Amino acid sequence: MNSSAGKAGKGGKVVKLKINFDEITIKANQDWKELQSAKKPVILVGTATCGRSAGSLETLEALRHEIKLAGIDCEVIEVGCIGLCYAEPIVCITKPSQPVVCYGDINPAKAKDLVDNYIIGDDPVAAYALGTLGDGSINGIPRLVDTDVFKPQVRRVLKRCGSIDPTNLNHYIATDGYKGMNKALGMDSKGMIEEIKKSGLRGRGGAGFPTWKKWQFCNDAPGEQKYLICNADEGDPGAFMNRSLLEGDPHALVEGMIIAGKAIGATKGYIYCRAEYPLALERLDMAIEQAHSHGFMGKDIMGSGFSFDLKIKEGAGAFVCGEETALIASIEGERGMPRPRPPFPAISGLWGKPTIINNVDTLASVSLIFQNSAEWFAEYGSKDSKGTKNFALVGKVKRTGLVEVPLGITIREMIYGIGGGILNDKEFKAVQTGGPSGGCIPASLIDTPVDYDSLAQVGSIMGSGGMVVMDEDNCMVDVARYFLDFTQKESCGKCVPCRLGTKQMLDILDDITQGRGKPEDIDLLEEIGFSVKRGSLCGLGQTAPNPVLSTIRYFRNEYESHIVHKKCESKVCRDLISYSIDQEKCTGCRLCYSACPTNAITGDKKKPHSIIQYECIRCGMCLEKCPPKFNAVQCIPGQIITERS
Amino acid sequence: MEKIKLTIDGMAITADRGKTILEAALDNGIYIPHLCHHQDLAPAAVCRVCLVEVEGRGHTISCRTPVEEGLTISTESDHLNKIRRIPVELIFANHDTDCIACTRNNNCQLQRVASYLGLERDSMDRMRMGNIEKPIDTSNPFFDRNPNRCIYCGICIRTCDEIQNINAIDFASRGYKMTVSTFGDNPIADSRCESCGECVVRCPVGALSPKTTMEPSRSVKSVCTYCGVGCGVELGVRGNSVVSVEGDRDNAVNHGSLCVKGRYGFEFINHRERIRKPLIKKNGKFEESTWDEALDLVAKKFREYGKEKVAVFSSAKCSNEDNYVIQKFTRAVLGTNSIDHCARL
Ligand SMILES: Cc1cc2nc3c(=O)[nH]c(=O)nc-3n(C[C@H](O)[C@H](O)[C@H](O)COP(=O)(O)O)c2cc1C
Ligand code: SF4
Ligand code: SF4
Repeated sequence: MNSSAGKAGKGGKVVKLKINFDEITIKANQDWKELQSAKKPVILVGTATCGRSAGSLETLEALRHEIKLAGIDCEVIEVGCIGLCYAEPIVCITKPSQPVVCYGDINPAKAKDLVDNYIIGDDPVAAYALGTLGDGSINGIPRLVDTDVFKPQVRRVLKRCGSIDPTNLNHYIATDGYKGMNKALGMDSKGMIEEIKKSGLRGRGGAGFPTWKKWQFCNDAPGEQKYLICNADEGDPGAFMNRSLLEGDPHALVEGMIIAGKAIGATKGYIYCRAEYPLALERLDMAIEQAHSHGFMGKDIMGSGFSFDLKIKEGAGAFVCGEETALIASIEGERGMPRPRPPFPAISGLWGKPTIINNVDTLASVSLIFQNSAEWFAEYGSKDSKGTKNFALVGKVKRTGLVEVPLGITIREMIYGIGGGILNDKEFKAVQTGGPSGGCIPASLIDTPVDYDSLAQVGSIMGSGGMVVMDEDNCMVDVARYFLDFTQKESCGKCVPCRLGTKQMLDILDDITQGRGKPEDIDLLEEIGFSVKRGSLCGLGQTAPNPVLSTIRYFRNEYESHIVHKKCESKVCRDLISYSIDQEKCTGCRLCYSACPTNAITGDKKKPHSIIQYECIRCGMCLEKCPPKFNAVQCIPGQIITERS
Repeated sequence: MEKIKLTIDGMAITADRGKTILEAALDNGIYIPHLCHHQDLAPAAVCRVCLVEVEGRGHTISCRTPVEEGLTISTESDHLNKIRRIPVELIFANHDTDCIACTRNNNCQLQRVASYLGLERDSMDRMRMGNIEKPIDTSNPFFDRNPNRCIYCGICIRTCDEIQNINAIDFASRGYKMTVSTFGDNPIADSRCESCGECVVRCPVGALSPKTTMEPSRSVKSVCTYCGVGCGVELGVRGNSVVSVEGDRDNAVNHGSLCVKGRYGFEFINHRERIRKPLIKKNGKFEESTWDEALDLVAKKFREYGKEKVAVFSSAKCSNEDNYVIQKFTRAVLGTNSIDHCARL
């Protein structure tokens, strides 16, 4: 690349940067090459938080132990998450002149097998392998990019996660890192914003607002001091896209922030990250320090005249603090409550100064755009949704994980392609996108493209990228109740429709799922939902009714069946199901009789038993205990009413 | 002040630049339902009932939107009613609606909004009732805090912050559990509260209510007798007794504000033990006397002791003019410079 990137000084003269970026790259490349073409085996262990909770630290320990015992010279490196949650702990092994082999579900015992067979021996243990990465192939192991999980994916933002050492700056630099910053330092704001405009990048944090437009507002706003904030609050339940990137590739964010800071004229940036992400915070701390010591941050970056500093602000885990104005209040040391807009933060934000807030993925995409080009970024995606996007694919799919796909891919491709279909081959019922602010999309709309506008059209949102898959065993009323319970608790309480409206809706859903629903409740839910959406002050309240409204829209019959027939067809709502014992099949073995915590089961030994319905609390212990060979206990939707005598 | 022309409900009105739509409407005698607005405080925009339709913008919160030249606004539409009725119904579903027992009955913003929106028992009954049996804080000697009547408009919090600068109270907890709380959720008597009662007079409902609440039959303007600031008061009189005190909003000294003594310390006015005539100690006991006799006695004693043995001590409860006269009297008539004032303590 061009080492003489410079900035246009007075009179259009191009000023050479004082620090030569090429020299830094050469050193980094050496370091990286050494690892790639090492004469010794290299073992990568995914120890991001997700790996750790699956036991990767024990696996790491076991690997180190076995290697030491065997006395082998071998490099063991902790890396971030490659996104295959279902297969954690993940270990990748590279032997000299062999492709990388990726292994899944590696517990300490399997780790020993790998050391014995592949590190010491030459058998790559195909049975544990998920696939190979890079050039070359190994018999009996597919190339990872050809597998169903990876084929539909385009890993760009996540490309380094799981393959570099996130604590080693050289790994980042050798994989195009800071190249974007180097380019940006030689550009002016106008050119930079133009570049983002060309890329078509839209915010990855929720609303999908065009990033260039926001930057332009801030750039145009008068004021000496401006601020850039990265929103790493990631409050959606079940979302972990941002955490993975911060743990696996923290410099991608730091670089993006330097670039964004330059574009909007901010000399100070904040990363608002929740305190529940200790590893991400540790990695960010380290990345900021490394950037400082290499002259990528601080005063007069690389001699360009541009200065930029970053500070981490730990959040206490309130969902509402992900909302821009509440986040600003929180950084200012106030109670995290949203403030009315206008004024918009781009005009008057942190301490009343023009402020830009962008999501982690948005800023990491900015790094990519500058490392490559706007055209390169826009290669993928659909008309108004350019690029790739990370999703946390969770719920009832065979393969859960963190995936990156080109926008415009269909829901079907995500669930049946990447996700491998529904767990236990059950029937797909719906998918919730956009977390608690999103909506449920029914199976009939499975071919909806995943982009900002198509999702909005079917009554949901892209949000930050949560995708919860549901099957026939999910009760949609219960699902709506779950999300509303969350937003109700997380509402800041400031405005009436949100504080009382979400609670009222929750009370109604509680009643419906517990058999106290009234026919007029569905209309009432819709009426309150409308008012909460239109009347609330911030995005939390304005979207909180979505899960309820979208499930009513697509699954009205389930609501009706709960209310009118007092039946939960999916057999989830305890008060709307019953257990009974088939007199033909029961042998009177008494297993259920002793298991029942409320003594609701009667019957003599060796004679068919039965359940006294009014004593039954529907815990399901009897069903669990009845041996499969008898299979006499059934759970059925609806209530069996019997009177107490 | 620059004037802005706009139209509300077909009427052309003018307003000062910087006013909000709600203020402009109220100033022109047009009512827009509202709960969290207070003329002395910065807008909070939290009750969400002051919605209006602004042509070209759709529904807009009027308490926070400044007037602009040429705006066309309507304060009534089906769409607006659909959005703003629900919050009010929900407040009622979480409100102790025993209005007869409430000190603000017939003088309550919530009642006014409800009747404006035509709320009926039926429409409220379809809602699930919330908890309206939360404990009442009666710890303050002058007023009670009843969370079961609170509408969480935040007016008390903003008053304590913006007007008193005491910040004794703030919101705590999130969602439905949110409360107006003191530090550590202690009773208000154990907080930084100075019992000024500024929040109590601004509470739009009966959540904050004075302990003594007799309705006056007329009001009399006066000046507070406690200190030299001389705050204007409006004494609420019933029969021949003072039953309440309010700050006089027209008074340039205090613009309606009062301190705890001025607002709540009026019991002495009608107290049976109040000394109404001068007392002179005769034979070791105080006996009622007349002003003439008492002043004669004082003058006689001054003469007896002479200027070397006399000192005068004046009071902060007197007005500036009184204090001026006293020091003049001391220096010119008694001939001594030994004069001081309790505020120097
Ligand atoms: C209740 C609520 C929670 C939010 N939480 C997050 C979050 O955790 N992370 C995030 O990036 N954006 C979140 N947002 C969206 C942000 O307010 C904001 O739109 C986003 O950070 C802007 O960045 P972007 O333009 O890069 O998407 C939330 C919004 C609301 C209303
Ligand atoms: S909508 Fe909810 S979270 Fe947002 S300001 Fe209102 S009460 Fe708070
Ligand atoms: S009485 Fe005065 S000091 Fe006490 S809470 Fe109310 S406004 Fe604050």
